[in-house]
Amino acid sequence: MLWEIDIRPAAGQVDRGAAQAAAAAEELGYGAGLKISAARGFLIEGEFSREQIDRLANELFVDRIVETAAVAPAGDDILDACAGSQATPTYVLPKPGVMDPAAQSALAAIQDFELTATAVRTFRKYWIEGVGASDWKSFCGKVLANDAIEQVIVGKLPFRQIELGSAYQFSRITVPIRELDEGGLKRLSREGQLYLQPAEMQTIQSHFRDLGRDPTDAELETLAQTWSEHCSHKTLGGRVAYRGPEGEEQRFESLLKETIFAATRQIRRELGEADWCVSVFEDNAGIVRFDEEHNLVFKVETHNHPSALEPYGGANTGLGGVIRDPLGTGLGAKPVCNTDVFCFAPPDRPAESLPPGVLHPKRVMRQVVAGVRDYGNRMGIPTVNGALYFDERYLGNPLVYCGTVGILPRDKSRKQPRVGDHIVALGGRTGRDGIHGATFSSAELTSESESLSGGAVQIGNAITEKMLLDVVLAARDRDLFNAITDCGAGGFSSAVGEMGERIGAEVWLDRAPLKYEGLSYTEIWISEAQERMVLSVSPAQWPELERLCRSEGVEATIIGRFSPTSRLQLFYGGEMVADLPMEFLHNGRPPVVREAVYQPAAETPIAWPVDAPVDNNQALLAILGSLNVASKEWVIRQYDHEVQGGSVIKPLVGAANDGPSDAAVVRPRLESRRGLVVSCGMNPRYGDWDTRHMAASAIDEAVRNCVAVGADPSRIAILDNFCWGDCERPETLGALVRAALACREMAVSLGTPFISGKDSLNNEFRYVDSSGSPQTIAIPPSLLISALGQVADVAKCVSMDLKAAGNLLYLVGETKDELGGSHLTMVQGLAGGAVPKVDPARAKETFQAIFRAIDGGWVQACHDLSEGGLAVAAAEMAFAGGLGAKIYLAQAPHNVDLAAYGERSETIDPILLFSESNSRFLCEVRPGDVGHFEAALGDVPHAAVGEVHGGGRLQIVDFHADNPDHTIDLEIETLRAAWKAPLAW
Amino acid sequence: MTSVLVLRAPGTNCDRETAFAFERAGANAECQHVNRLLEKPRLLDDFQILCLPGGFSYGDDLGSGKILANQIRHHLADAIREFRERDKLILGICNGFQILVKSGLLFDDEPGGTPTATLDWNGSARFEDRWVQLSVMGERCVFLRGIQSLYLPVAHGEGRFAPRDEKALCEILDDQRAALRYAARREVGHFEAAGNAVLAPAAGGESKLSFGGELPFPDNPNGSAANIAGVCDRSGRVFGLMPHPERYIDRTQHPRWTRGGGSDPGDGQQIFKNAVEYFG
Repeated sequence: MLWEIDIRPAAGQVDRGAAQAAAAAEELGYGAGLKISAARGFLIEGEFSREQIDRLANELFVDRIVETAAVAPAGDDILDACAGSQATPTYVLPKPGVMDPAAQSALAAIQDFELTATAVRTFRKYWIEGVGASDWKSFCGKVLANDAIEQVIVGKLPFRQIELGSAYQFSRITVPIRELDEGGLKRLSREGQLYLQPAEMQTIQSHFRDLGRDPTDAELETLAQTWSEHCSHKTLGGRVAYRGPEGEEQRFESLLKETIFAATRQIRRELGEADWCVSVFEDNAGIVRFDEEHNLVFKVETHNHPSALEPYGGANTGLGGVIRDPLGTGLGAKPVCNTDVFCFAPPDRPAESLPPGVLHPKRVMRQVVAGVRDYGNRMGIPTVNGALYFDERYLGNPLVYCGTVGILPRDKSRKQPRVGDHIVALGGRTGRDGIHGATFSSAELTSESESLSGGAVQIGNAITEKMLLDVVLAARDRDLFNAITDCGAGGFSSAVGEMGERIGAEVWLDRAPLKYEGLSYTEIWISEAQERMVLSVSPAQWPELERLCRSEGVEATIIGRFSPTSRLQLFYGGEMVADLPMEFLHNGRPPVVREAVYQPAAETPIAWPVDAPVDNNQALLAILGSLNVASKEWVIRQYDHEVQGGSVIKPLVGAANDGPSDAAVVRPRLESRRGLVVSCGMNPRYGDWDTRHMAASAIDEAVRNCVAVGADPSRIAILDNFCWGDCERPETLGALVRAALACREMAVSLGTPFISGKDSLNNEFRYVDSSGSPQTIAIPPSLLISALGQVADVAKCVSMDLKAAGNLLYLVGETKDELGGSHLTMVQGLAGGAVPKVDPARAKETFQAIFRAIDGGWVQACHDLSEGGLAVAAAEMAFAGGLGAKIYLAQAPHNVDLAAYGERSETIDPILLFSESNSRFLCEVRPGDVGHFEAALGDVPHAAVGEVHGGGRLQIVDFHADNPDHTIDLEIETLRAAWKAPLAW
Repeated sequence: MTSVLVLRAPGTNCDRETAFAFERAGANAECQHVNRLLEKPRLLDDFQILCLPGGFSYGDDLGSGKILANQIRHHLADAIREFRERDKLILGICNGFQILVKSGLLFDDEPGGTPTATLDWNGSARFEDRWVQLSVMGERCVFLRGIQSLYLPVAHGEGRFAPRDEKALCEILDDQRAALRYAARREVGHFEAAGNAVLAPAAGGESKLSFGGELPFPDNPNGSAANIAGVCDRSGRVFGLMPHPERYIDRTQHPRWTRGGGSDPGDGQQIFKNAVEYFG
């Protein structure tokens, strides 16, 4: 029997489901005349008496103080009605096979009542009036459900049992590749969702021609997964022929090795004995030293394409995936904090202007935040840092970067699978979810991606992963395995293939625990079902590991063995279904050779308006109220940023707990005073000028954010995440090469090593517009730099909020005429200008000087200057501290060519106020500490530019010394309000 | 030495720092999986304090704390009642409070009857992490002895204290069991100041469910009836609260320690100290 339990808010309680749907409907223009009631519910299959099902409803499913329930066999008339509504009910259910965590939990919880259900499924249910018949389909797709993972049923449920998949009939499938011509290979690559290049398909073809047989589907899929852009980074790891702006030509055998990796190698060589990197670019995350007993690990990943189609699930599993990276690094690091950076199209875009197949950016943003929130909070990992960037070009292709820092005992930093070890699958079961994720993420998105690649989209189950995390750390501490890695893109195929690369592996696919019947051996092999790890466990270790896992309720299953064959061999029920040499799998891919060319945009002077000078008050308010700069409190507070108890500098600081911190500081060991610092830097706008300066600026920003709270610049490690467009276009790849070269130069000059990274290419969205012509939206070059710093004693950290009236304000670093790509030009609609550049030697001196000053205790507050320059930094410090300030522009250290402007202060002022020159800080210093502070700064350009006031106004005196006047004069409450307005959802 | 059992379940995530706070208060704290207790309820004999820490037990998939609460109700209720009767202490923090309420332990609810109260979704309908000012009411609660006010973080989605009806609320208030209340901030820039006293419970007869006495958001961060943040049982030895005392035991956990705010140890430490000192 299939029972249905509908749960509705009790009288007088808020109908949250309806309110949520109504809000979404209103945003999409369905507002008028709409009437919605909502329920949530469960379908429960099992032989229950009426009394038993009522008891389950009352004691398990319904909170009787705030909810009421209708309980009946599915299809019963009483389930159709909703008090006060004439409408027919509409059900929204997860599609069969989609992860349904609440249903899983319910199934287990019913057993506590000594009852048994055979299956459970959750649903949402709506009674809707006021949507016209012609709008109904789009209303369902845009407001109620997401076709990628959910189905909509109007009226009575048409089924009386829950489908669980049917038994699988084994048959070995071979793919006749040997006979195919060029067109046939191309077709196979595309239609089989392999997304391999023609040369790669030919290499596979000749491999099997030599063997005199055709590959099985599993062999072909294994090659496609392993050779995918997502798993092998063939573009960045591959050969590139590059021609730069001056016509200079450069050939790379491996772009990454010769730029990013090379920088780290050089830094480590120069450090010699003092090298504090432990493992870089080899394990699932980079590893650096922390204290005498512990190392830190850090990884940032992207999950862009799944988030475009199903933002909640995409972000959910994006974070879930990156958490497994530190957990799968060394012998398992404990995650201690997360960082999340998102790029969206502006959320205020009119719904009717969206291209087909695109979710509304506001919905994307809400659901991405919810996905990260629900996973991170449940995992008990504080999300302490992040950023949001907005640009029209992220429409249809949002970016979701998720990162996790972990802590690892120093003697657990290396892994080594051994010959004869069991291959053990740990954690969640394997299902049909996430098939072809790795190859899908290496293709462009199109308006049809949703229907083609629905299987690649998943929902996570954080509690399964939390249980996995608990058991892995316990097993690590008891030495119960020799190696560990996560099942990410490519599932078992990537995890086992990588781990057994130097030994060889045989896998018995029929032994893998499945969520439901019916999976073919290939589906088992490539499924990217979440929350799974693969361990290498010796026969001696196995019994205790098995006991431990059972005691924690975590499933552990031997699915194979690392055998000294140098081959990857797959079996299903005794039949061999794949047999590939590890050498061919890992090194057989023909090198991708790509052409790259770059020409930065020509630098033109800003066309300042002649008749109407910039109103600096208005410009400041407009920048504070622009999406990139505006307060992210709505996001931040939804994340638990204090769990684990190590929070030192929170994302929001200041007198009213609402100022924007530069970086987060966390004490990962509660018994120690040592802290870690997490920050980031990114500025896609600069890439429109020159990706070299964009990359250098991003590194400068990430490092200076870290330094601004007190991190030691000689102990900062960074990560690169390149999100780019289609790199088969030489110009697009050229922009990337230009950025990678700048990364090498900056990292070496600063002595700041890259320790890990990841790229995501093909971030483009293709569709056909209303006039029938094909369109492509490519994202702007988007390089995220994430920084991991350290502080010896967290008590020395400083925050950015002003502390006390009477203190002095020092501007550190030189202001240049650099308004190209700035937020001033954005809000004023001005063209031209020079993009901010970095003087790496000067940057290094400045960071060291700031560290000396903070470490000495001579700084009360410190804020980095970034978007909006000096004016925005001063405004944020003032309202965060609840204090006023007066600043004199004439005192600012600068190298603006005054002669070029004829000293017209209407032009000099906005330059000094809003220029986004790098390597600058605004510091608050007590009058008695001035001598120490200035001594700490040494030769680094700095000047006392003003002081802190109690008056509650920010006043900035213009540059023109003869006739000083306030070019900015605003209440701090006005500044705060402008800054809070846009994203106060 | 006082020994504490910090009980964890799948999805519990504040167990380590809670055990650490007990240890700093001089106790010996052990984190154990609920499966150990289900296998052997007599395990409780080894401990004087049982703590249910924060997190998302079993994902809170059927409502916060509901599944673990049911496990306790079905398999551990007798053992835990016996533990309580032996003059021992039980503390539930955040998810632990939700479990204490929903298992019937805090209000001695009849199985099958309508519970006395629940913790429902926040008025904002979303999870929020923010610091709140708290006032202690009455002297019944062992954990709050000698404390007048506290400044602590909350981090939850389902923390709105909702009683069954006015009568149930009156009983809780009249018994001085609503021991911890959300209080008003003073003014911006002076959060460090000690908490203000909240309005005393209204005299009998006047509707307390009218929400007239509730502080506005964010002082009352979730819309709890009568600003209730924590409740104890009649003995004062079983206590559940939404705020996280274990997240403020060190000065650098205070959100404004860089501006001179906070103290060492932090406000939350005294709750653990009171518990440990109860056993001499």
